[in-house]
Amino acid sequence: MSIDRSQVDHAADLARLELSDDERERLRGELGQILQAFEALNTLDTEHIPPTAQVIPLGNVERDDRVADSLPLDAVLHNAPRVEDGQIRVPPVLDES
Amino acid sequence: MPDQLHRLTLHAAADGLRSGQFSSVELTQSLLDRIQAVDGRIGAYLTVTADLAVEQAAAADKRLAAGDNGPLLGLPIALKDVLTTAGVETTCASRILQGFIPPYDATAVTRLKQAGAVTLGKTNMDEFAMGSSNEHSGYKPVRNPWNLDKVPGGSSGGSAAAVAADECLAALGSDTGGSVRQPAALCGCVGLKPTYGRISRFGLIAFASSLDQIGVLTKDVTDAALLLGALAGHDPRDSTSAAEPVPDYAGELSGEIGGLRIGVAPEYFGEGLDTRVGGSVRAAIDALLGAGATRHEITLPHTEYALPTYYVIAPSEASANLARYNGVKYGLSDSQATDVDEMMARIRGRGFGSEVKRRIMIGTFALSSGYYDAYYVRAQKVRTLIKSDFETAFRDVDVIAAPVVPAPAFDLGAKLDDPVAMYQSDIMTLPASLAGLPCLSIPCGFVDGLPVGLQLIAPPFAESRLLQTARAYERTRGPLPAPTKAIDAQ
Repeated sequence: MSIDRSQVDHAADLARLELSDDERERLRGELGQILQAFEALNTLDTEHIPPTAQVIPLGNVERDDRVADSLPLDAVLHNAPRVEDGQIRVPPVLDES
Repeated sequence: MPDQLHRLTLHAAADGLRSGQFSSVELTQSLLDRIQAVDGRIGAYLTVTADLAVEQAAAADKRLAAGDNGPLLGLPIALKDVLTTAGVETTCASRILQGFIPPYDATAVTRLKQAGAVTLGKTNMDEFAMGSSNEHSGYKPVRNPWNLDKVPGGSSGGSAAAVAADECLAALGSDTGGSVRQPAALCGCVGLKPTYGRISRFGLIAFASSLDQIGVLTKDVTDAALLLGALAGHDPRDSTSAAEPVPDYAGELSGEIGGLRIGVAPEYFGEGLDTRVGGSVRAAIDALLGAGATRHEITLPHTEYALPTYYVIAPSEASANLARYNGVKYGLSDSQATDVDEMMARIRGRGFGSEVKRRIMIGTFALSSGYYDAYYVRAQKVRTLIKSDFETAFRDVDVIAAPVVPAPAFDLGAKLDDPVAMYQSDIMTLPASLAGLPCLSIPCGFVDGLPVGLQLIAPPFAESRLLQTARAYERTRGPLPAPTKAIDAQ
C-alpha cells in the first residue's frame, strides 16, 4: 500500500507531532511498508467474529465514592515546567482574535 | 564471608542472610561493586540508587536480626525504568521524561519495598518499552553480556542483561508483546510474564493497556516463583488486576510433572526458525517427556496473523496513551511556542525517538477516520481468533511448548533501519500476549555461543503449572555456565 505525503501530514497533525521534512519522507516509505504487512489480515473472513478489546472476563468495576487521601499538591506540581499560584501555566489555548 | 555474592540466586542469598553468613549490606555492596566494574561495558542501568540501596539494606539487616523471615528481605533487585519510583527519576528511557521525579511508587515497587527487598536502581530499556533490541533507548544501547557486539533483546534488555551479568539478583520488567521473554531468552535468564491482570499495573507507565503486564527476570525458576508470589494479587488502584487467589508458588514448586500433557504446534517450528534453535527446543521438549510428561500435536492456525494484529493494536493503544506527553504536567518544556498546540507538537517532535514516533504514526493512522474499521476493528476480530486457537488447544493439553525467538541475538545495528524485520523478531511471543496468557522463557541451549530459550505457555492463572514445568526442565538441564568470561575478556 502506498501512502502519500498528505496522509503523513494529516496523521502527524492529529498526533501533535512536529516532524522534519526528512522524517516525513522516511515515515511515508515506512508506513507504506508496514501497512502492506497488515494486508494479511484482509485474507481472513471476520464478518461474524466479535472484536476482542481486552482479554479478561470483567465488565464495569465499580467502587464506593469515598473521600481518601490524595497526593499533596506540591508533589504533583513539582514536575510541571511552569507553575503559578498552585496551577499549571500553558500558552494560550484559544485564539482571541 | 563467601566472595562473589553478586552471583547468587535470590533463594541462595536468602539462605545466606538467614544463616548469618553475610549481611544484606555486604550483599548489596557486592552488587554495587559489580555494577561499578562492568556496567560501563553493558549499559544495563540508567540510574543506580546506591545510597538508597545501602540504606534499605541496613534496614533489612535490622529486620533480619529481629527474626523477620520474609522471603525477599534484604535481597537486591533492579527495576525497569517503566515503573514509577517515588523520589527517583523515571524516564522510560525517553528524553521527553528526562528529569521526571514521580510522586508515588508503582504498586509492584511498593510490594517489593514492603517485603524488605533492596532496590538497586532503574534499568535501561527501549523507549516507552517499544522495541526488540534495546537500541531504541533515548540514552544508550544495552549490550548482550554473552557477546558485547550483540543486542540483549528488548524492551526489558537492561533488566535481562543486569541479571545475566550478575548486576542484580533479579529484576522486574514489563511485557507487552514479548518484552520479558525475548530478552530473557537472548541473555540466558528466566523470564516470566504472568496472566494479564495477575500483577497490578498501577505505576507501570502505559504502552498498550490491553496487553501490558509486569514480569520478572531471574537466574532460576525458584526465584521467578518467589518474586511472583510477592507481586501477584488484587490492587484497588488497578481495577483490571485479578481477584484470583495467589498460591504459594515457591512452596508448591516440586518440579513433578507426571502425566502433564504438553502441546506442540507446527506453526512455531516452520520456516524462519533457525534449525539449531529448533533443535535445542525439541531436545528440551524431549527432556520434559523424560520427566514424565506426554506429547500431543496441536494446531494454532492463526499464529501467522499475530504479527499484523499486534502491530495494529499496540501502536493504536500507544498513540492514545502517549498523548499525555505534551510538556504540560511533566517532562521537557518549550518557551518559544505561541500557542498550546505548537508547544505540544514541538516538545513531542523533540522528545520522542524514531521508533516511538513511528508507532504513534501507525496508531494514529489506524485509528483515523476512514481507516478505523479496516485496521483497528479488523485486528481486534483477528485477536478473537488467536485467543480461540489457544482456548481450543487447552481443552487437550496443559502446557504449550515452543521457541521464544526464531534465532539467537543479532548484531547491534543489524535491524535498525528495517522496522518490519525488527518486528518479526517478536513473532513467537506475540500470540500469547494477545491472548493474555501466562508464559515463560527458560534457557535451553546455546547457538554460536549465545543463549536461546524454551517458551512455555499455560491457560489463564495457571502460573503454578508453568513454573512446575519449567522447574522440571531446569532439573534435567542442570546449571548454566555464566557469561562472566565474555564480559571480563572484552
